[in-house]
Amino acid sequence: MSSRPPASGAKRSERSSGRPGTGVAFEQARAQGRAVLVGYLPAGFPTVAGAVAAIRAMVEAGVDLVEVGLPYSDPVMDGPVIQRATEAALAGGVRTADTLRTVESVVAAAGGAVPVLVMTYWNPIERYGVDRFARDLAAAGGAGLITPDLLPEEAGDWLAAADAHRLDRVFLVAPSSTEQRLAVTAAACRGFVYAAALMGVTGAREQVSQAAPELVARVRAAAPAVPVGVGLGVRDGAQAATVAGYADAVIVGSALVNLLLEAPDEATGRDRLRALTAELAAGVRELRSAPAAPVDVGVAVGNKSDRAG
Amino acid sequence: MTAAAVPTAVGHFGQYGGRFVPEALVKALDELGASHREASRDPEFQATLAGMLRDYAGCPSPLYEAGRLSAELGARVLLKREDLNHTGAHKIRNVLGQALLTRRMGKTRVIAETGAGQHGVAAATACAYLDLECVVYMGEVDTQRQALNLARMRMLGATVVPVTTGSRTLKDAINEALRDWVANVDRTHYLLGTAAGPHPFPALVRDYVRGIGVEARAQCQALTGGLPDAVAACVGGGSNAIGSFHAFLDDPAVRLYGFEAGGDGVATGRTAASVTGGSPGVLHGARTYVLQDADGQTVESHSISAGLDYPAIGPEHAWLHDTGRAVYRPVDDADAMAAFGLLCRTEGIIPAIESAHALAGAGQVIPELAAELGRPPTVIVTLSGRGDKDMATAGSWFGLLDDQKAIG
Repeated sequence: MSSRPPASGAKRSERSSGRPGTGVAFEQARAQGRAVLVGYLPAGFPTVAGAVAAIRAMVEAGVDLVEVGLPYSDPVMDGPVIQRATEAALAGGVRTADTLRTVESVVAAAGGAVPVLVMTYWNPIERYGVDRFARDLAAAGGAGLITPDLLPEEAGDWLAAADAHRLDRVFLVAPSSTEQRLAVTAAACRGFVYAAALMGVTGAREQVSQAAPELVARVRAAAPAVPVGVGLGVRDGAQAATVAGYADAVIVGSALVNLLLEAPDEATGRDRLRALTAELAAGVRELRSAPAAPVDVGVAVGNKSDRAG
Repeated sequence: MTAAAVPTAVGHFGQYGGRFVPEALVKALDELGASHREASRDPEFQATLAGMLRDYAGCPSPLYEAGRLSAELGARVLLKREDLNHTGAHKIRNVLGQALLTRRMGKTRVIAETGAGQHGVAAATACAYLDLECVVYMGEVDTQRQALNLARMRMLGATVVPVTTGSRTLKDAINEALRDWVANVDRTHYLLGTAAGPHPFPALVRDYVRGIGVEARAQCQALTGGLPDAVAACVGGGSNAIGSFHAFLDDPAVRLYGFEAGGDGVATGRTAASVTGGSPGVLHGARTYVLQDADGQTVESHSISAGLDYPAIGPEHAWLHDTGRAVYRPVDDADAMAAFGLLCRTEGIIPAIESAHALAGAGQVIPELAAELGRPPTVIVTLSGRGDKDMATAGSWFGLLDDQKAIG
C-alpha cells in the first residue's frame, strides 16, 4: 500500500463526531512537544462495570489513548499479570460484546476526546466476523485494533474491513524484525506502529535497553511518516520520560493492570491507577533531548510480557 | 491434487495453516523453514538421520499381518508397528529429525510441550542422545496425572516446568513454550510435538514422520502385491496420521481414515473431536478446526487418551477433510477401550489408547468397505504407540486393579 499521511486519523475524527481516530492523540502531543501516553486495561476485569470505571479513571488522570484488551483463552503474548486479569474476566463470563460495550462507554465518557483501540488476539475477531466486528467497533466509537498475533500477510480481511469502516490498524514489530518486514508491517499500519521492544519475557533486560531505541530508529528509517509507540513495560514517570525521548508513544499495560490486581478493593485500585497515570503523564511531558539515554534496565520489563514483573 | 502441492510457500493448505504468531517469532520461523529446506537437500544430513532412525530408533518398523484380529474383523488387517520403535511410539522420528536440525542450526537448547508426557519423553531422549539442553513444559494437572513420565524426563536429563496458567493442560503448555521461545529464540529451538502450529511446523513435522507411510506402502506391496484399500490412524494433533497418509495421497484408490477422540461422545460436548465437533478458527499459530465457543474462546477437550486430548488438529488434516481426500470420524472412549481389549486378547499386543482409537475406527469402517468392494478389504492400521503408559487407565477402566472384574 502507499504511504499514509499522519493526519489520516484526525480526518476521520472530524468526519465522525464522537469517534476520535488515533491521529488525534498524536497531533495533540506533537503540538505540545511531547509523547503520547497509551494505557492498557482489559475489558471485564474485575467486572465489566469495574473495568469501565478503571479505564475512565485512567483517562481522567491523563492517558491520551486507550487500549481495551479483549480477554482470550490462549494469550501467548501476555505474561502472568495480564493473564491473571484476563483469566478472571473470562471466568466472570465476559463476552466479546462486553468489550464493544466497554469501548462505547469509555468513548462516551471522554466526550470523544480520547481515541480507544481494542487490543485482541485474532481468533475472537474471526469468530465474531471480521467485517461485523469492524462495523460494530466503529459504531461503538472505537478507533481501531491492535493485533498482536496477526501478521499483515494473513490480514487481508482485516485490511479491507478497516478501510471499509475507517478504522486504524496497529501491527507489531520486534527487535528481530528484518528491514524488509519493518517496511511491510509499517506500511500496513494506520495510526501507529507498535514496537514490542523486548524479545519475550524474562532475562532480556540487557538487550532491551539497546533494542528499544534502535528498533524505533529502524522503524523510522523504514517508514518515516508513521508514529512509533513503544511497549516496554514502563513502570514510572522517569522511565516514561526516557522512552518519550525517542518514541512517539509510551505504552503501559501490566504496571497498570497489576495495581488493580493487588488493590484490596476497586476504589483503592482506581486511586492507585490515577496516581501512577498522573506520574506517567508528567513523564511524557518532560523535555528530553534526543537521543535518549538507555532505559534503566533494572526495572524494565515487558508491557505485554511481564513475567519478570 | 498432489501431495507435493501443499503447503504453499507461506504455509497454506487451502484456507488452513499459515502463521498467526507474534512478529518476534517470524525471523526464527523463517530461519527454521530455510534450514529444513537445506537439510532436506543435504545428503549428509539425510544419511545421518537415516542412520539414527535405523540403528537407534529401530526403523523401519514392521508391517505385521494380524491374523487373529483379521479373522475377528473380517478384513486383512496390517498393523504398522510404530509401538516397537525406541521410546515406544512414532514420535521418535519427529524428535530425532528436529533435534538433528537443531544442531545444524547451531542452537544448543530445546524446549518442548507435552500432554501426557510421551512427546516430552521422546524430546528428552533425543536431547540426551544429541547432547542438547532440554526444557519441557507440562500442564500442572498433567504432571500430577503422569508422575512416572515426569520421572522419565528428569532421568533423561530434562528440566520439566509445570504450567500453572489457564486450564493447566497441554494447550497451556504450548502457550508457555511459545512464550519461552519468544524470549530465548536466539539459541533455542521449539521442538513442537505434532504436525500443527505455525508454518513451517506442520510441513516440517510431516516430513519427519512421513516415513511411516513410505515404509508401509512398500511393505504392503511386498507383502500383498498391491496397495491397501484403506489406511487408518488416530488423530489428535495428527502427526502419526499425516505420517501414515502422506505417501498415499496420490493413490486415489487408497481410502484414508483419521479417527478423532470422541471422548464421552461429540454430542455431550466432552470430546476432543475437532473436525467433527469444532469449526474453523485460529489456535497456536495456525488456522484449522478448533473446539471453540461462540466467542472464539478455546473449549477444553476431553478424551480418555491424553495423547489425543487437544482442542485442535493439524492444518493439513483440516484441508484433507475439506477436500474429501481423507475422512475423519469420532471414536468414543468406550469403543476405543473395547478395541484396546480386543487387540490385547487376539494378538498379545497392548496398544496405546491413542492407537486403540484407530483400531476401533477401522473395525467400524471395515463392514462398509467390505460391502462396497464385495470382498474383505486390506486395511493398514497405524499402531502409533505401545500401551505400557496406559495401564493405570486401562486397569481402572476394566476394573483390574482390585480384582473386581476380569477383562471381556
